[in-house]
Amino acid sequence: MTYIAKPKFQHPGLKKNDLGYTHRDYEGKVSTLCAGCGHDSITASIIEACYELSIEPHRVAKISGIGCSSKTPDYFLGNSHGFNSVHGRMPSVLTGANLANRDLIYLGVSGDGDSASIGFGQFAHSIRRGVNMTYIVENNGVYGLTKGQFSATADRGSKSKKGVTNTDNAIDLVAIALQLGATFVARSFSGDKTQLVPLIAAAIRHKGASFIDVISPCIAFNNHAGSTKSFDYVREHNDAVNRLDVLVGRDPIAVDYAPGTVQVVEQHDGSKLALRKLDADYDPHDRLGAQTFLARHAAKGQIVTGLLYVDPDAEDLHEHLNTVETPLNTLEADTLCPGSAALDKFNASLR
Amino acid sequence: MSDKKPISSVNDFVVRFANVNGSGSASANEMFARSILRHGVPVSPRNIFPSNIQGLPTWYEVRVTEDGHLGARGGVDMMVAMNPQTWDKDVAGIEPGGYLFYDSTKPMPSTKFRDDITVIGVPLTAITNSTYTDPRQRQLFKNIIYLGALSALLEMDPKLIEQLIGEQYKGKEKLLSSNVHALHLGRDWALQNLKCPIGLRVKKSDKVGDRIFIEGNSAAALGAVYGGATVCAWYPITPSSSVAEAFTAHCKKFRHDPKTGKANYAIVQGEDELASIGMVIGAGWNGARAFTATSGPGISLMTEFIGLSYFAEIPAVIMNIQRAGPSTGMPTRTQQCDIIACAYASHGDTKHVLLFPEDPAEAFEFAAAAFDLAERLQTTIFLMLDLDIGMNHRLSRPLKWDEARQYDRGKVMTAEMLEEGRDFGRYLDVDGDGIPYRTYPGTHPTKGSYFTRGTSRDRYARYSEEGPVYADNMQRLVRKFETAQDLVPRPLQANAERPTKYGVIYFGSTTPAMDEAIGLLEARGHQLDRLRIRAFPFHSSVASFLAEHDFVYVVEQNRDGQLRQLIVNENGIDPVRLVPILHYDGSPITARFIAKAIGDHQDHLKVTPLRKAVS
Repeated sequence: MTYIAKPKFQHPGLKKNDLGYTHRDYEGKVSTLCAGCGHDSITASIIEACYELSIEPHRVAKISGIGCSSKTPDYFLGNSHGFNSVHGRMPSVLTGANLANRDLIYLGVSGDGDSASIGFGQFAHSIRRGVNMTYIVENNGVYGLTKGQFSATADRGSKSKKGVTNTDNAIDLVAIALQLGATFVARSFSGDKTQLVPLIAAAIRHKGASFIDVISPCIAFNNHAGSTKSFDYVREHNDAVNRLDVLVGRDPIAVDYAPGTVQVVEQHDGSKLALRKLDADYDPHDRLGAQTFLARHAAKGQIVTGLLYVDPDAEDLHEHLNTVETPLNTLEADTLCPGSAALDKFNASLR
Repeated sequence: MSDKKPISSVNDFVVRFANVNGSGSASANEMFARSILRHGVPVSPRNIFPSNIQGLPTWYEVRVTEDGHLGARGGVDMMVAMNPQTWDKDVAGIEPGGYLFYDSTKPMPSTKFRDDITVIGVPLTAITNSTYTDPRQRQLFKNIIYLGALSALLEMDPKLIEQLIGEQYKGKEKLLSSNVHALHLGRDWALQNLKCPIGLRVKKSDKVGDRIFIEGNSAAALGAVYGGATVCAWYPITPSSSVAEAFTAHCKKFRHDPKTGKANYAIVQGEDELASIGMVIGAGWNGARAFTATSGPGISLMTEFIGLSYFAEIPAVIMNIQRAGPSTGMPTRTQQCDIIACAYASHGDTKHVLLFPEDPAEAFEFAAAAFDLAERLQTTIFLMLDLDIGMNHRLSRPLKWDEARQYDRGKVMTAEMLEEGRDFGRYLDVDGDGIPYRTYPGTHPTKGSYFTRGTSRDRYARYSEEGPVYADNMQRLVRKFETAQDLVPRPLQANAERPTKYGVIYFGSTTPAMDEAIGLLEARGHQLDRLRIRAFPFHSSVASFLAEHDFVYVVEQNRDGQLRQLIVNENGIDPVRLVPILHYDGSPITARFIAKAIGDHQDHLKVTPLRKAVS
């Protein structure tokens, strides 16, 4: 959606990751979102996380719905296939794509209108099924592309830019994801990249349904006094329960953590998550505890962020369906077609 | 007792069973139909059932037809009236001279009968209750007992029924022997107490040949297996659910890796039709052959995605097992009423490919072909079945597969082709057929990626709102649809013995009734050339057929003449020359209906000189 060409020139001294890719190899087109949009910080965090993980950019499929957030896959991973599908239906398109080829990394990008309103059902059911994906909601509480209507995540009592007070209750997607059995649940803030980048990296390495709700203020329509999704409000009410480091193929834990403050979680693929506890009572393995903790803090007007729940031994939809290891989209007639002899036998059974 | 001579007919009559649904009658009734087949006599059974699980009326009709007329005939020669709820209507529906078979355990007032039919009472409940004590057994075996009594009345060979029971309960000896016992309870009672046989009789013949007895939905599902479908996403809806269920059963049999036991397929029951088609589109985008099965209401829900498939050019197969609409309509009754809804599904300018199989054998072939077409044309292909073909057992030629056949995966640019430096434009027409190349996600580290979207874009998939760029793409889509004309199954034409100015166009489940009607019309002196349409877009032979005839009847099972509208619209012809013959009460169209409607119109035309009638 851009008319500005990005120069191909790269500084020869640009740092390279383990695969020899530079940061630039993970970038996409120039963003056409408003200057200062929270979504652009999330785009930058996705680029950073993929670079850090040394992912082959073309092995990622980026799928979105409709809205400002759903435009962003054009702005990162330019060598990946992207699919800007229909409003609220990213989860089903992603699920189908995942069924077709289990070997790619699936990144679903959505917004609060896309996932909490029109696509609430698809959001819920893709989580329920345990689709192996990283599902990011860029949550600004407002319909930006249609100029400022409330979305379903807007808090009750919050004010729109035009001064209207929202009287509907808000949907907390993190609470729903926990209830529906997501095996990796996090919340973050687009203004806190140091928290967000490792969360995205960990979610990508997680096998199963990973969900990240990223509060991402809308600079044009939801960044005023009275909004509960503005930069100022989120900064003031952010209650981070932990800080995360993702360790892939490196020494397990850096030594500079004070004893007792770090919890190490080993994921199925061998990656390690080092969690620095900020809240001593918070246990990210306790689904019920997390739900209670969230509800209690939400009642106090606090926005709980961090890695809220992880099940390192999660299963995904392919395991439930017992599908072959070979991607289904590579199977040919020799495997798929039972042949004429089997058909003759089938005919004989119907006489 | 009768002032009408009882109907006398060998191997040509209709028996209708009136039952209460949930009473276990379906398997006994089906066994009745199958056992006649084993006599070498073709049958055409139809299940007429409510949208309900237990308690409402249900009928099972068996047309016994040595001549092999597989369409519904209309009328009932023998009513097996097992449902007090529908008694009056059932008795009234018997042809004069026909037969009424009923449970005579409780006496019925004479006003409940008719004096122009033969009434046959068998004390089924009394026989059952004196033999069985368990309530469920009583219910189930009562059905087998009436089957036994019917076998005596219709002079059927009990050995052939026993053989069927033996096959059905193979390995379950106790069930086998108790079913055979129940069969003979009914048969012996009839032989001892009634005049057997009656005027309707089954006589051994050799008219079944190598044909198979199969439901269209099962055949279509097997076509998907043979056609290489690996992803099926669906949402339960009558009458399509049995497609996905049959696909599951066929896959369990044919699609597990012999070494690891793992599945070479994925089936997901979606949360609704939107999710189902969404998964199909996602899988198709990613290079797997994917389909969904649904019915009218599901099509309505899927239309946004169908438009995306058309515009973003993503292969998908939708099997639409049509039922009577609009809205919830009559969920368990048949119609061909989604022709327009599917042909032009979704907002904006769209057109879609439709396939119209006539029977299970074509359902199998067209289902397999649909996956080749979807990938060749990179769009949605509709397989248009209906309840009549889908959910009834139909005698059908055996399914065939050419061992040498390869899948047509369409224009896919591989990593090697990209590496050679081939110019990749996702929406670039390289050879004039309107079909561009696509790449699968994950193909090449630096080449061939693109951003798929439902918004307008240029030939290289770059977003554009430029008028000429948009129009260029829309024109290419028209070219692609023209290419489709020569790829889809062609219409089949059968000419009358003598040259005629009159023609008839029909499609799908109307076929057996139409074939039979031609004979009836010839007997009335009417000669008609026939054209069976098998796909949309229409092949050029449709236009030729229209040009060659003054009047063409279009026979279809909907109120508004949807195929006729499509023909008029797509061929730009004078609608006056296309005479609609419409049947839409939810029951399958019959030869009697078609022959009467066309015959009456023809008679009318002959009274007035043709040119005057038109002007």
